[in-house]
Amino acid sequence: MSRSGGDGLSRRARAWLADARHYQIGALGALLAVNIASLDLGARVLPSLLALASALATQVACSRIWKLPRIDLRSPLITGLSLSLLLRADEPWIYAAAGIIAISSKFLLRLDGKHLWNPAGLAIVVLLFGTDHVWISPGQWGASVWFAALLAFLAILVLQAARRADISLFFLGAHAGLLLGRALWLGDPLAIPLHQLESGSLLIFAFFMISDPRTTPDARLGRLLLALAVALLAHWLAFFMQMRPALYVALIALSPLTPVLDRLFPAQRFQWIQPANPGATR
Amino acid sequence: MSPRRARRLKTSVAIVAILAQLGAAVTPAAAFCGFYVAKADSKLFNKASKVVLSWDSGKTAVTMANDYEGDPKEFAIVVPVPTFIERKQIGVVDMKTIDHLDAFTAPRLVEYRDPDPCAPAIAMDSAGFGGRPMAAPASAQLERAKAYRGVTVEATYDVAEYDVSILSAKESNGLVDFLGDNGYRLPEGAEAVLGSYIKQRMHFFIAKVNLERMALEGRRFLRPLQVRYETAKFMLPLRLGTLNANGAQDLIVLALTRKGRVETTNYQTRKLPTGVEVPLYVKDDFAPFYRAMFDRAVDRADRRAVFLEYAWDMGWCDPCAAEPLKNKELVELGARWIAGDDDQPFRPTPGADAFVTRLHVRYDGAHFPEDLAFMETKDRENFQGRYVLQHPWEGRAACAAGDRYWTSLPDRYRREAAALADLTGWQVAQIQTRMEATGQSFTAKPADRRSLLDWIFPPEPR
Repeated sequence: MSRSGGDGLSRRARAWLADARHYQIGALGALLAVNIASLDLGARVLPSLLALASALATQVACSRIWKLPRIDLRSPLITGLSLSLLLRADEPWIYAAAGIIAISSKFLLRLDGKHLWNPAGLAIVVLLFGTDHVWISPGQWGASVWFAALLAFLAILVLQAARRADISLFFLGAHAGLLLGRALWLGDPLAIPLHQLESGSLLIFAFFMISDPRTTPDARLGRLLLALAVALLAHWLAFFMQMRPALYVALIALSPLTPVLDRLFPAQRFQWIQPANPGATR
Repeated sequence: MSPRRARRLKTSVAIVAILAQLGAAVTPAAAFCGFYVAKADSKLFNKASKVVLSWDSGKTAVTMANDYEGDPKEFAIVVPVPTFIERKQIGVVDMKTIDHLDAFTAPRLVEYRDPDPCAPAIAMDSAGFGGRPMAAPASAQLERAKAYRGVTVEATYDVAEYDVSILSAKESNGLVDFLGDNGYRLPEGAEAVLGSYIKQRMHFFIAKVNLERMALEGRRFLRPLQVRYETAKFMLPLRLGTLNANGAQDLIVLALTRKGRVETTNYQTRKLPTGVEVPLYVKDDFAPFYRAMFDRAVDRADRRAVFLEYAWDMGWCDPCAAEPLKNKELVELGARWIAGDDDQPFRPTPGADAFVTRLHVRYDGAHFPEDLAFMETKDRENFQGRYVLQHPWEGRAACAAGDRYWTSLPDRYRREAAALADLTGWQVAQIQTRMEATGQSFTAKPADRRSLLDWIFPPEPR
């Protein structure tokens, strides 16, 4: 990846700025800081450090085992931050386990040269159903409009930089449409769907999980279909099955559709950077 | 140390009784998950709403207490429930049991006394107290039902002093007509809310007071009603309660669960400020203090949060605001999973834990558009709303440490005043004036505290 030449530095800086992960890390880091500093029953320092450390360590270990040409710590950092923000457990080891499950899944559960599941989402669902120690606090972000606006603002930054972030908008549109439709059907005031949309954890899910460019379909139509399917399943799980972590469960349940959609609608594969040898990063 | 001094230190911690005042303090006009309606246009005013919500992976028991103060025959309640309810799923509960759990979990004022600054530190012991009387609710009568448009009276039961009916409905206007013709006066806007519940396939639990049976039993107060059912919907319907309210209402949810703390999933759950040292005069003013602090906490959360007041393993307490609950009391309140329903204080056994969460919400239609949805977490970390009175040392302390101690007191009092001002929004100057008047002086000098006796009989060197 080394580049030489007179304008190498500025080109490097441009490449750095063009990588959406840097914005994601900044946004998630800021959110985690706010969460730890000012939210009750929110993220905590030690669990967050454990999740981050285990995600990074697993990335290093797996990169060595799979003999990758380089170790990229940006993706595991994003995964560790997402886990810190979303996962709640009564035992510290759960956070370490979450980091290991998330990152190792990227290396182990692959099809067509792509990992199948969003690492953080998969770890959350595996631990939710596999242990008795985990919960997700969807309400703890607070529904204040300003906070949602702040999140949206940060997320928009990410959106501008990341390619394929259209799935976030597809999903939010579908999700909002379903909530609105439900309110109209029930004869509920608009305040109810608006309140339901004001959840910060929804924005985290839409902008940082479902939008993971490594696990979304390659074609725009595929992404639209996946977003619709996830929104529908999540709606059904939430309102008909009364499942609280419905979003994550829906995403993990439907992610295996991605390779199917990729075959139906082939398009260019996503890479965070354009490497000399495709598939060099994971 | 002299025996006299040791005795003094032994009794140096006491819990102050505050709860009786508290109930009156934090409960403006309220209607809990149902709403109160009247036959005539008499003024409706019900104050405290308390709901005990027992939850064991879907096995739910909702016990509803209230401070209904109107004429018994005016009392009527409509509660949406997720399923059909059989007779054996309905009961009445002794108000004392709810009061006991209420007192056990209530925010508390604790009192400590500074040790002799010239003496080494000593372990302290504590004592507990609690208790909260409850205004009596009252009663009414239920007329026999007939079918209205789309309305089915699924069942009618005699439950102690209540006549209870379980309704299902297909159309909200039919239900509104039915309720209206049967003496349930509905608040403005009820039809839309009822319509929403109908489409969500909720049933309606309606109850009035049977005056004859009430008289026959010689009963003067209405007992809390309990409904038990199995559902995945871990929630409390608030929306009807927002309709007939004059402004915001307070609701206290006492949740009993097996695994851990309960939180709301669609509203933020915040911890109330706790562990704060406050001026000593708060002991006599706990009710206004708590009311002001809660008001401020609500405002700081943009009126949109639910507040955690207590979260604790039912197997123990520290300090205990009331005697621990007995097995039979917990079972009465719906915690039927515990081992035994005898007179013994509850002790957790493997697989039969009990955890209590006390949530306090001030809600109105504008800030709480949706019903409260809950989730049981695995969090067993203990939390209690606790406010501390730290009494200064009242004996002699003539030593270098004593001098430093006396010099430090005014600063400590200033910190207490600032903390109280921050919690309540009261003016610091007024707080300080009040503190001066109650013995917490900001101008005390070390020399003032050295008595003549100290000069005649100098204390032993340490």
